Amino acid sequence: MQYKSQIVAKHYFVGALVLFVAQILFGLVMGLQYVVGDFLFPAIPFNVARMVHTNTLIVWLLMGFMGSAYYLVPEESERELYSPKLAIAMFWIFLVAAGLTVIGYLSVPYATLARVTGNDLLPTMGREFLEQPGITKIGIVVVALAFLFNLSMTFLKGRKTAITSVMLIGLWGLAIFFLFSFVNPDNLVRDKFYWWWVVHLWVEGVWELILGSILAFVLIKITGVDREVIEKWLYVIITLTLITGILGTGHHYFWIGAPEYWQWFGSVFSALEPIPFFAMTLFAFNMVNRRRREHPNRAATLWALGTGVMAFLGAGVWGFLHTLAPVNYYTHGTQITAAHGHMAFYGAYVMVVLTMISYTMPLMRGRAANSNAAQVMEMWGFWLMTIAMVFITLFLTAAGILQVWLQRVSETPLGFMATQDQVALFYWLREGAGLIFLIGLLVYLASFFKGEKAAG
Amino acid sequence: MSASFSTSAARNMFYGGSTFFFLIFLALTYNTEQQLPKRDQRAQLDNPAVVAGKRLWEHNNCIGCHTLLGEGAYFAPELGNVYKRRGPDFIKAWIKAQPTGTPGRRQMPDFHFSDKELDDIVAFLKYASEINTANWPPNIEG
Repeated sequence: MQYKSQIVAKHYFVGALVLFVAQILFGLVMGLQYVVGDFLFPAIPFNVARMVHTNTLIVWLLMGFMGSAYYLVPEESERELYSPKLAIAMFWIFLVAAGLTVIGYLSVPYATLARVTGNDLLPTMGREFLEQPGITKIGIVVVALAFLFNLSMTFLKGRKTAITSVMLIGLWGLAIFFLFSFVNPDNLVRDKFYWWWVVHLWVEGVWELILGSILAFVLIKITGVDREVIEKWLYVIITLTLITGILGTGHHYFWIGAPEYWQWFGSVFSALEPIPFFAMTLFAFNMVNRRRREHPNRAATLWALGTGVMAFLGAGVWGFLHTLAPVNYYTHGTQITAAHGHMAFYGAYVMVVLTMISYTMPLMRGRAANSNAAQVMEMWGFWLMTIAMVFITLFLTAAGILQVWLQRVSETPLGFMATQDQVALFYWLREGAGLIFLIGLLVYLASFFKGEKAAG
Repeated sequence: MSASFSTSAARNMFYGGSTFFFLIFLALTYNTEQQLPKRDQRAQLDNPAVVAGKRLWEHNNCIGCHTLLGEGAYFAPELGNVYKRRGPDFIKAWIKAQPTGTPGRRQMPDFHFSDKELDDIVAFLKYASEINTANWPPNIEG
């Protein structure tokens, strides 16, 4: 750690990991509700568990991005953070707001939450992933603006690298597109159309800029390859990302009432969307193969390579599987979507945040890398979580194919619930894989408490 | 990558390419807005019951279990076409009968809707069912 103020990242990473645990626990509750429908009913209905599962995911990834930025920008800019105090204050505001929102979801009916937070004045709630009460949404905007002010000031006064430029464009884009969460027309088609300006333009747009810049930063550090080479790759990857991803939004516009030409735009451009992820995998392996030093933190190298591979599989391959319009006509809104969503989020965003944590945490704790024993444990966590996620994805894919067949293709189509009964076996298997994921997460967390002796 | 392809060329390609495609996206959005009146049944929004029904849909987080035009959660049936699948009376009776309490079965909470609210929800679902979705879903089962 070259700059004192980089330490603020530690708060964000610890907060992120705490929310990660909550996310997985609620995921297991939901997984069980798929097969034991009345589990925890009426205390925690499925929709509540799902809001906690997806909202904690979003918040912990945002915290992970913020922590990454607070660590990365001072080092790249070669100066201290503009205001470490503001960064710490915003962390606590963000964590408390997230905690209160989750408590709100769990303690009162959602309609009560909507009423007491004044959703009638500015209706934004009750839409997938954007369920947060208006006051929480405003809080997110305030935290994001303070965060961007802090980082932009640091950036403007210091050295400007490609990595920090790309990261800041990504983070500003994230904040700007979040403003569309306040757009909720009564017209259902327009509501859905602009809803994707947050959801798609985040995860298949500006978030990928953040992903690329974090990965590039870690690869420079652990491989010692020339910055020039890595920055050129970064620009090529994010160019491919945006020229495919922006019009790739069209793959969400096939069946929501938008004109039919979106079936062509959406299919063609989303067929190209795996290319930047493939380039990212090539990039990570290429840089590690050309490395000029053996970095003592082998676990961080593993996470970086894993991010490339899993992002390509989850976002690239599993995305492509069902984005061509004639295929999507049958798979839209089935477990195939859930399968893709799980591996894409894990492979791209969870893993890149864990890559950054893996690289920076030992440094923030005063050592180049963790002891060999701790790294071995961390790598066990990596493999358990990653393999469990592969199986979660495969089981959900199997459930999805069966669902499409029974409910939509068969000559005697079954109803939704009858179909669900038929695919229950795969939901049980998914729940088992989910338990393995939890074990992997616990092993990963335990590695933080393993042995203080530094390696290398 | 070859040395002749410089970092600044890559950077310019990024700024130029993403701006260009974002402008195309905005142009298509504009065109979509022009076409929507023929597809989105907006005349029905003059009926206050439809708007009230959408608000009830949101305030009870129905999307947390169901899908609507294929988007949402995959835990409970698609409701974009439920009006055509089941009709208004079934929908109201079904909501009033919840939760079923059948052991092991997925449960829908009792939202304590008034008769007017039930009519609003039905109006909203009828509106949703008449949007031109390019013939999706493939069959009535959603």
